[in-house]
Amino acid sequence: MNTTTAAPPSGPTTPPEPRAINLARTTATATRVLRQLRHDPRTIALMILIPCLMLLLLRYVFDGSPRTFDSIGASLLGIFPLITMFLVTSIATLRERTSGTLERLLAMPLGKGDLIAGYALAFGAVAVVQSVLATGLAVWALGLDVTGSAWLLLLVALLDALLGTALGLFVSAFASSEFQAVQFMPAVIFPQLLLCGLFTPRSDMHPVLEGISNVLPMSYAVDGMNEVLKHTDVTAAFVRDALIVAACALLVLALGAATLRRRTA
Amino acid sequence: MMNNAPDTPAPSPPPPDHPAVHAADLTVVRGPRQVLRGLDFDVPRGRITGLLGPSGCGKSTLMRSIVGTQAKVTGTLDVLGLPAGHAALRSRIGYVTQAPSVYDDLSVRQNLDYFAAILDPGRAAADRRRENVEHAISDVDLTSHADALAGNLSGGQRSRVSLAAALLGAPELLVLDEPTVGLDPVLRRDLWQLFHTIAADRGATLLVSSHVMDEAERCHRLLLMREGVILADGTPDALRARTGTDTVEAAFLHLVDEAIASAAGNDPRKESVR
Repeated sequence: MNTTTAAPPSGPTTPPEPRAINLARTTATATRVLRQLRHDPRTIALMILIPCLMLLLLRYVFDGSPRTFDSIGASLLGIFPLITMFLVTSIATLRERTSGTLERLLAMPLGKGDLIAGYALAFGAVAVVQSVLATGLAVWALGLDVTGSAWLLLLVALLDALLGTALGLFVSAFASSEFQAVQFMPAVIFPQLLLCGLFTPRSDMHPVLEGISNVLPMSYAVDGMNEVLKHTDVTAAFVRDALIVAACALLVLALGAATLRRRTA
Repeated sequence: MMNNAPDTPAPSPPPPDHPAVHAADLTVVRGPRQVLRGLDFDVPRGRITGLLGPSGCGKSTLMRSIVGTQAKVTGTLDVLGLPAGHAALRSRIGYVTQAPSVYDDLSVRQNLDYFAAILDPGRAAADRRRENVEHAISDVDLTSHADALAGNLSGGQRSRVSLAAALLGAPELLVLDEPTVGLDPVLRRDLWQLFHTIAADRGATLLVSSHVMDEAERCHRLLLMREGVILADGTPDALRARTGTDTVEAAFLHLVDEAIASAAGNDPRKESVR
C-alpha cells in the first residue's frame, strides 16, 4: 500500500540509446580526428598542396593545348579529393581497428553512425579546404575555362571526397595491415581512373568496358565536372550525376558501417 | 518492520544482491578452438576479483565476453543484472584492453577529452567532463604529462592513459586486462592502492587479470584459470588453506598438478603410484 508509484523497480537505470546519429558524439569524433591530423602537419601539407602542384604541372604539360587542360583539369578536380580521402580514411580507420581504440569505442556508448559520420565530417572539412584551393588555383590562376559556376565544381569535388571517405572506410575492413590498405588504392581507384573518361571518352571504349564504366561512381563524378565545364546552368545531367555520386557514397558508407562489428572473434 | 509485513510486493530483489557478473556454462569458440569451456562463476559486487592464469588460458577472451566485444559466446553471462553486451551496459563498464588503446597522435588530455565526450556528450556537460578528465589524470599520476603526446610516452605511461580512460564516468564495473604489466614496483603498488580506493569509496566492482601470481594477494577474491576452465574460485586465504600451501602461486601449481593428474588417468590412486 505504501508503495509510492509504479516507478520502475530500483533496477539499473537504462539510459535510452538513441538509434539515430548523436550530434554531440559525432562532432566530438570529428574534432578528435581533426586534432589527430593537426599533430601531423606534414600530412596536412601533402593533402592540401599536392593537388595544387599537380594542376600546376598539368597546366604546363598541356601548354600548347589549353582545351585539353580544361577537360582533364576539371576531371582531376573531382578525382583528387576522391583519391586523397580514400587513402587517408582507409589508413586512419585501419589504425583505429589495429590500435584497439575501435574496440574501446564500440564497448562505449558510441553509435557506429556517430563514428562514421564523425570521420566523414572531419575529412569532408579537409576536402573543402583542399577543393577550394585547387579549384581557385585552377580557375583564377591557371585559366581553367569553365562555362558554369565554380561553386558547382566545388560541390562535385565535395561529393567525391565523401565517396572517397566511404570507399576508404569500407576497404579498411578487408585490410589487416597498412601495406594491404595502400594496395587497395590501385585495386579500387585505378580501374575507375582508367574507365572514367579521363583518357578517352567513355563512348569510344569497348562496349564491355563502357558497360563497366557505367556502374563505376567515378565516371559520374567526371561526367558531372564536364557538365559544369560546358554548360552555363545546372543541367539535368549534372543533377543526375551529382545524385548518383552522393547515393553511391551513402550506400558505401552504410556498407562500411556494417563492417564495424561490436563483437569480434 | 519486517514482522507484520504481509505479502506486500516487497521491494523485489535489490540489485546489489545480484553478483556483478554471473556466468553459467559459459563457452566461447574462436576458430576451431573452444577457448572457454563451460565456465560457472560469480564476481561479487564492490570487491576486487583477480583473474589469474598463464598467458593464453582465456583470460582476455573472458574479459571481452563480459564487456560484450567477444563473438560466439554461448551459455549464460549476466553483467550488472543485464545480459552481457546490452547497450545499457556500455556506459556502466570501464574496460582496459591489454595493449593500451589510446590515440598516439593525441595528447593525454585530448585522448581523455574525447572518451569523456563519448560517455557524457553535450555542451551542458563540458564542465563536468573537464573535472572528470583532470580527476582521471591525477588518479593515474600523469598530471605532469597531461599535454604530452601519448605516442611519446613510455609503455607504462601509455597503459596508464588507457586506464584513465576507463576510469572516466565512474563505471560500476571495471574490467582491467593486465593493467600492471611492465610497471615498476612503486607504480604497481600505487595502482593497487587506487583499485582498492575505487572499490571501497565508489563501491565499484573490479575484475583484474594478471599472470603475475604475487598480485593475487592484493585481491579480495580469485578466479584461477587454466586452459579455458576455472581451477578454483575463492579468497586467497581459502585457496591457500584448501591446498595446504603458503602462497597463491604454490596453490595454483598444486591445483594444476591435481588437474593434470585427474586428466591423465581417471583413477587418481593409480596416478599417485607414478
